[in-house]
Amino acid sequence: MGERSVLLEGLRAYRLIAGMWVRSSMTYRTSFVVTVFGNLMVTGLDFVGILLMFSQVDSLGGWSLPEIAFLYGLSVTAFGIADLVLGSMDVLGARMRDGSFDILLVRPAPVLAQVGADRFALRRLGRITQGAVVLGWALVSVDVDWSAPKALLVPVMVVSGAAIFSAVFVAGAAFQIFAQDAAEVQNAFTYGGTTLLQYPPTVFGKDLVRGVTFMLPLAFVNWVPAAYVLGRPYPIELPRWTAFASPLVAVACCALAGMAWRVGLRSYRSTGS
Amino acid sequence: MGSGRLYAAVAAGSFRRYATYRAATMAGVFTNTVFGLILVYTYLALWDEKPHLGGYDQAQAVTYVWLGQCLYATLAIQGGGAEKDLMERIRTGEIAVDLYRPADLQLWWLAGDVGRALFQMLGRGVIPFAFGAVFFPMALPTSVVPWAAFVVTLLLATVVSFAIRYLAALSVFWLMDGMGVNQVLMITGIFFSGMVLPLNAFPGVFGDIVRVLPWAAQIQMPADVLMGETDPLGAFVFQAAWAVALLAAGRLLQSAATRRVVVQGG
Repeated sequence: MGERSVLLEGLRAYRLIAGMWVRSSMTYRTSFVVTVFGNLMVTGLDFVGILLMFSQVDSLGGWSLPEIAFLYGLSVTAFGIADLVLGSMDVLGARMRDGSFDILLVRPAPVLAQVGADRFALRRLGRITQGAVVLGWALVSVDVDWSAPKALLVPVMVVSGAAIFSAVFVAGAAFQIFAQDAAEVQNAFTYGGTTLLQYPPTVFGKDLVRGVTFMLPLAFVNWVPAAYVLGRPYPIELPRWTAFASPLVAVACCALAGMAWRVGLRSYRSTGS
Repeated sequence: MGSGRLYAAVAAGSFRRYATYRAATMAGVFTNTVFGLILVYTYLALWDEKPHLGGYDQAQAVTYVWLGQCLYATLAIQGGGAEKDLMERIRTGEIAVDLYRPADLQLWWLAGDVGRALFQMLGRGVIPFAFGAVFFPMALPTSVVPWAAFVVTLLLATVVSFAIRYLAALSVFWLMDGMGVNQVLMITGIFFSGMVLPLNAFPGVFGDIVRVLPWAAQIQMPADVLMGETDPLGAFVFQAAWAVALLAAGRLLQSAATRRVVVQGG
């Protein structure tokens, strides 16, 4: 009961703070439209890069363009959702340095909700839109014999993937409480993670694939389930049921990230000047 | 000679300012190494599929990746160098103070950006590059001459990079807000500098155009000079010509802009 009310309170606080930022960004509508468009262009560059590569070759790591677009669309859409919900986590370090993090601690709302909603930016819809468009194109162009489990797996991947990336954001924020000035380490795992997943697992060394399957299980955002959907062998041997394990992995990641966040928060020492 | 010392002091001050953020620098080293790893594997897969793409062999493609990671912060490929501070000073009107200084505005900011670039190169660029050289086969020259030529192209690349960003920053005199310009800088920088793919692997006419734009002076030219893929003198002329043209354009825009500042300063 106590846990539940904390969760509800957190969601309420998140909604209120995010709403405030949305209203403030809507004050200058033209500027808002321009930034959404700019966001779409910036994130679209990755895919233009992939298209450029495919202007020179027919396959990469043995995967065709629609198959890679499938990976790309899943990775970017899932990451885009996590980025929309929690993407402001990287300002945490700055807030701790200037002391304004302390203000969040004394407010009567869960800190995670406040940090997550901080500078909530609707312009990040640009990335989600871009990812969804590529995913849509991939779904109609890819050569797959669609069955019910395969079709169902697509939305499951997007939701679980968003949850896994969210966990990475939260764990990164917890790490920032210790490291303070190292927001970019988080970028290596968030932006680096989504970039990695845009390419087929066959491209990378087996140790790297093992690392992102068992240690930091980003592979469950798309690689493992997508390999099943596309009927592609995964570079390392995995039991068949793991293709459907993404939601479980997502729940485990979120639980671990939540614990890391609590530990981080408890060990926080203010600048105290 | 006195003014030479002034700009050297500005550069040194800027170097020290960036050197203060040690944890951020280490974090940047880590991030560039991770991105280098991801990119190196995709390039190897690409060159596996099409050997000698863009005239590079695999070792050259690998060298290109790690050089890109080394120069990413050094040349502020996606922005975030001196132009960021300059935009802020224009927006707040503090630029009026800069104009009263007995120093040349453009040279002042160039000196600061050179100091920043030097720190980013030493603090953030060298380690990922060394990491790449240790763990992947790279195509590096063994004699002194190509390395010396490489240092010259790096200096010229720094000036070209600054000249582009200076022009962009001055636009804030008219736009009052740098957000859109920053986005344009980011897109053009990443794409046309060859961060995504070496410019000589860009296909057809598009590739021909991309290779003569000023952004080509930033990663493509230093890489080709280092790996002996191009005549160093030709590269110097190309870079210097763009540097002069863009700095001159910056001066013109600057004098037009500073005439406005009186109106804005009230």
